[in-house]
Amino acid sequence: MINGISIYEILTLTTILFFIGVYGFFTRKNLITILMSIELILNASAINFVIINTYLYPENLQGAIFSVFIIAVAAAETALAVAIIINLYKMITSVEVKGTELMKY
Amino acid sequence: MDILSLFVTVPIFTLIALLFAKGLKQVRIISLIGMGIQFVMAINLVFAYFKERAINSDIMVFTQDYTWFKNFNIHYTVGADGITVAMIVLTAIVVLAGVFISWKTEDLPKEFFISLIVLAAGVYGFFISIDLFTMFVFYEIAVIPMFLLIGIWGTGPKEYSAMKLTLMLMGASALLLVGILGIYFNSAGADGVLTYNILDIAKVTIDSDAQKLFFPIVFIGFGVLGAMFPFHTWSPDGHASAPTAVSMLHAGVLMKLGGYGIFRVAMYLLPEGAAEWGNFFIVLAVIGVIYGALAAVRQTDLKYINAYSSVSHLGMVLFALLMMNKTAWNGAIMQSLSHGFMTALFFALIGMIYGRTHTRDITKLGGLLKVIPFISVIYVIAGLASLGLPGFSGFVAEMQIFQGAFQHPDTFHRIASIITVSAIVVTAVYILRVVGIMLMGTIKNEEHLSLKDATWYEKTGIFLLLIPIIGMGMAPLWLSDMITESLAPFIHRML
Amino acid sequence: MDYSYTILIPLLPFITFLILGLGSFKIKPNLAGLIGSASLGTSLILSLYTAYNYFIKVGKVDGAYEAVYAFKTTWMNFTPTLHIDMGILIDPISVMMLIVVTLIAFLVNVYSIGYMKGDTGFTKFFAFLSLFSFSMLGLVLATNLFQIYIFWELVGVSSFLLIGFYYTKPSAIIAAKKAFIVTRFADLFFLIGILLMGYYTGTFDFAELTSADSSQLAEWTSVTFMGMSIITFSLILIFIGGAGKSAMFPLHIWLPDAMEGPTPVSALIHAATMVVAGVYLVARLFNVYYVADDGLALEVVAYVGAFSSLFAAIIALTQNDIKRVLAFSTMSQIGYMMLALGVSGYEGHDGLGYMASMWHLFTHAMFKGLLFLAAGSIIHAVHSNMLKDMGSLRKKLPITHITFLIATLAIAGIPFFSGFFSKDEILLAAHHHNKFLYFVGLFVAGLTAFYMFRLYFGIFWGKEKTYSDKVHENPKSMTIPLMILAFMSIAAGYIPFSKYITADRQGFEGHIDWNMAAIAIATAVLGIALAYVFYKKETNYPEKVTKAFGIFYKWAYDKFYMDELYFFITRQIIFKRISAPFAWFDKKIIDGTMDLIGNTTVKTSEKIKGTQSGRVQDYAMYFIGGIVVITMVVKYIM
Repeated sequence: MINGISIYEILTLTTILFFIGVYGFFTRKNLITILMSIELILNASAINFVIINTYLYPENLQGAIFSVFIIAVAAAETALAVAIIINLYKMITSVEVKGTELMKY
Repeated sequence: MDILSLFVTVPIFTLIALLFAKGLKQVRIISLIGMGIQFVMAINLVFAYFKERAINSDIMVFTQDYTWFKNFNIHYTVGADGITVAMIVLTAIVVLAGVFISWKTEDLPKEFFISLIVLAAGVYGFFISIDLFTMFVFYEIAVIPMFLLIGIWGTGPKEYSAMKLTLMLMGASALLLVGILGIYFNSAGADGVLTYNILDIAKVTIDSDAQKLFFPIVFIGFGVLGAMFPFHTWSPDGHASAPTAVSMLHAGVLMKLGGYGIFRVAMYLLPEGAAEWGNFFIVLAVIGVIYGALAAVRQTDLKYINAYSSVSHLGMVLFALLMMNKTAWNGAIMQSLSHGFMTALFFALIGMIYGRTHTRDITKLGGLLKVIPFISVIYVIAGLASLGLPGFSGFVAEMQIFQGAFQHPDTFHRIASIITVSAIVVTAVYILRVVGIMLMGTIKNEEHLSLKDATWYEKTGIFLLLIPIIGMGMAPLWLSDMITESLAPFIHRML
Repeated sequence: MDYSYTILIPLLPFITFLILGLGSFKIKPNLAGLIGSASLGTSLILSLYTAYNYFIKVGKVDGAYEAVYAFKTTWMNFTPTLHIDMGILIDPISVMMLIVVTLIAFLVNVYSIGYMKGDTGFTKFFAFLSLFSFSMLGLVLATNLFQIYIFWELVGVSSFLLIGFYYTKPSAIIAAKKAFIVTRFADLFFLIGILLMGYYTGTFDFAELTSADSSQLAEWTSVTFMGMSIITFSLILIFIGGAGKSAMFPLHIWLPDAMEGPTPVSALIHAATMVVAGVYLVARLFNVYYVADDGLALEVVAYVGAFSSLFAAIIALTQNDIKRVLAFSTMSQIGYMMLALGVSGYEGHDGLGYMASMWHLFTHAMFKGLLFLAAGSIIHAVHSNMLKDMGSLRKKLPITHITFLIATLAIAGIPFFSGFFSKDEILLAAHHHNKFLYFVGLFVAGLTAFYMFRLYFGIFWGKEKTYSDKVHENPKSMTIPLMILAFMSIAAGYIPFSKYITADRQGFEGHIDWNMAAIAIATAVLGIALAYVFYKKETNYPEKVTKAFGIFYKWAYDKFYMDELYFFITRQIIFKRISAPFAWFDKKIIDGTMDLIGNTTVKTSEKIKGTQSGRVQDYAMYFIGGIVVITMVVKYIM
């Protein structure tokens, strides 16, 4: 609980953060930056969990625990994604998203 | 293993044996043995049926039932009545003749015969099933190999034809599935259990609105296979591109599934729908009869002529089914059989002529009576049978249909009947046109002078088909009695 | 009396057909001829024996000749009451027809051994002849309408096979096709007539149909359609079938062309037996025509007969192919028979027309068969059909000459030859009924005498022509049948027909009305005299007359353009205007629709496949968009 700051302001912040992430995901051409955008999305949701937990259900801890899970999953995911990107780089010598349009039509 | 399921299992064992076959010779022998066994079984079935019939007065005899999917009440249920037996004999003969006619297939023979046998298995399964769902499954099994057979071993624009045929038949089966499910969900009897079993459904009266809704769906679904106008266009192209044995099997047997299904499923299960929609479909059937005949007059490709002639003859089957009386129904079944044998014979002969002269264009052929007398004489006989000459099966069937049709004294039926009857003249025109141009006259191509007449296996195939045509035409009574007997439940339910 | 042996009469030729047909490549030609003749000879003997039994030995039972079913079995079931039977009906007209068919068929068979010598299809020819004889006998002996129809079709196809016997000749192919299709077209009406009749009466059986007191008949005369009773309709339809086979106007066009077949075939099928099937059919159903009908159908028969008779006689005047003249003459004489049936009454002496028709059928079979066989003998000798290639043949073909003369005198109606008696009775019957028809008949009689003697003088008198081969009389196998038929052409007139063959089967005393006969004789003599003046020596009268008639002659010579009319209807209207558009419609519209469905699917898929870009970002975008849309829908619409 932070004095002077209501849940709405924090939720607005996370929503902005989320959509920045979504925007980045849609528009970036570099796979690394796309990955970063995904991190933003995940962070936004992690913050949401924590905030909603603190503000609405202070007697519980599930939200906080969940955010820990999210961070862990995000770390694993990043490791995996980077591994994929490195392999992809070996194949097409680029980390541009354009080069990955092999599965179409 | 019961006597009917053997018709499905023998092809499967033949298939397994074929997988291990090496070389053309082994493939041929195995296919021949497999289909020969089926032929013997079919003949045996006729006798067994009469024996069983004497002591068993159920609608279907030789019934067997195995649960397949319990939740949906799907069973593998088989059974036979006189109509089924007749259709199985037709199939057995045409398939065996088909094997003989394809004796010389050298291009991927193993795969060819495998597809052919799968097709046959599907057809047998369809005829013996009395569970709608199983019936549908076998229908699909019969349709799919068609695509491969035409697409791979065909001639001319084979990819196009194969695609067209398969897509139209698939579209039809989509409709059919809707119809079958429609029947299923309205099939609850007193105990409230939904069923696919035809005999059980026949005991309940399906809601009249549902009948009126699903009848045209099922009718068209089967009608496409039965080359109903205006859904017949797959048939000329399909036949023209298909290899000989496939044309034989397709026109001879597969197209009969349509009429059979309409009778057994659409009309038997949905009698009120049939009464409601009857006149509409009569109009389509009559158009098909006269239209097929007239279109055949203008064709120059032998296979197209025969395909349009099939449209006309099968239109007559639909017409007869819709005439709603015993005589016409009897005629419809007879016409199905008769057309099956005749058209298979025609396609076999066309295949032989094509194999020798490498053309099916009648304007490029002439005087074949002189060089290949055996094939030509049989062609004339087949032609005469097709135009309904007494002494051959076509006459018997057509006369029953006409007689049945004339039992309706109202103007609509009278006009429809008279138009249908007039098709016999047009039939004579296109048959004699081919005979006159192709068989009579003088030889147009010098190379044709050295053609060889039919070989032993071709002759065997021909006689297999010719004997039933003449047999049915000379002594129709036993067959018509067998069919009439089986029509009793239909009459009981629908009239 | 047990007639069950009669089943052999049609069966023997059928067995012969099977033997010769299946063994056509193995059996030696002469043997084939022998087998064919032997089996038909046996049939002939059996037929004569049957006639003896029927008319003499058994005779009348209760004052009338019985209709006996010698044999009957159900062949096919339709409804509980309707079924096709196969059987043998013995009654006066069927016995008479038996003799006609077997006699002519036997003689033609013998004749053909000489005529067809050396032909490649010799065995096949005899097989077809046997098939035809079988079918015709089956037709004659039929016990019911459907059996008649079955054999009706079979004679049609035998006729097709025999006309197209020289199958490499284009004209023969066309003629064969034409004969089959035209008669088939007529058969269509016949079939509809039978089916209608079957529906209303509930029977096909002749005995049931023709029993005059049949309550069923009375019942369905009350059913009317368009102001006419259904019975009249179906009887007219059945008559159309008969008219097709019997080459009545306007369905006659196949008959002249049918002369493309070998001449013995023309003698058998297209002169003596098959073409009179229509007459036989009407005679078979005569009770129904007379009793149940209001008279309209018989009027139609009479007028169609009279018109065809006149029409054909006029055309016959102008033709130069001797077989064609004979063909038109056949048509004309059959018209006569139809006329006689149409004007006939039923009981006793009123049934004169019926008797005369049957009698004329009998005598005509003899003398027309003879004319054709003699014509065949001439053609065989000079290798041409055309009148212009013949002349002064009387010395070279003496037997042919005498027999031809006898037949010509018979057909012209000169007293003491058979044609005189039968024709006289026809004219008498017509005179009783309708004076107009009588005068038409008389006029035709004069024309007949004229054109037949034109033929006779043209062939056997006139200028001698140069012939490619040395012309000599034909072998015995050909001349003996001629002599037998010549004898019959005279003798047939002295059979007391009216005692045996009448509509009510009771018979009556026939007599010749010499006043009427004198008029007919005078007309015939006038015709012959004119022919004598015109054609005995080569004169310029024919040319002058031809010129005088001008355009009318041209019309008659071109057969009043009936062929062209048919050609126009079939080629231009049915083929081009109906069938071709149908084929087009099928290719473009129906097929086009199917293709359109297919192509539209392909095109649509082509258009929207861009959405499957393979870019994850795009997919995510659609995903988000989808969620937004669904949210909106849930929130604002539902």
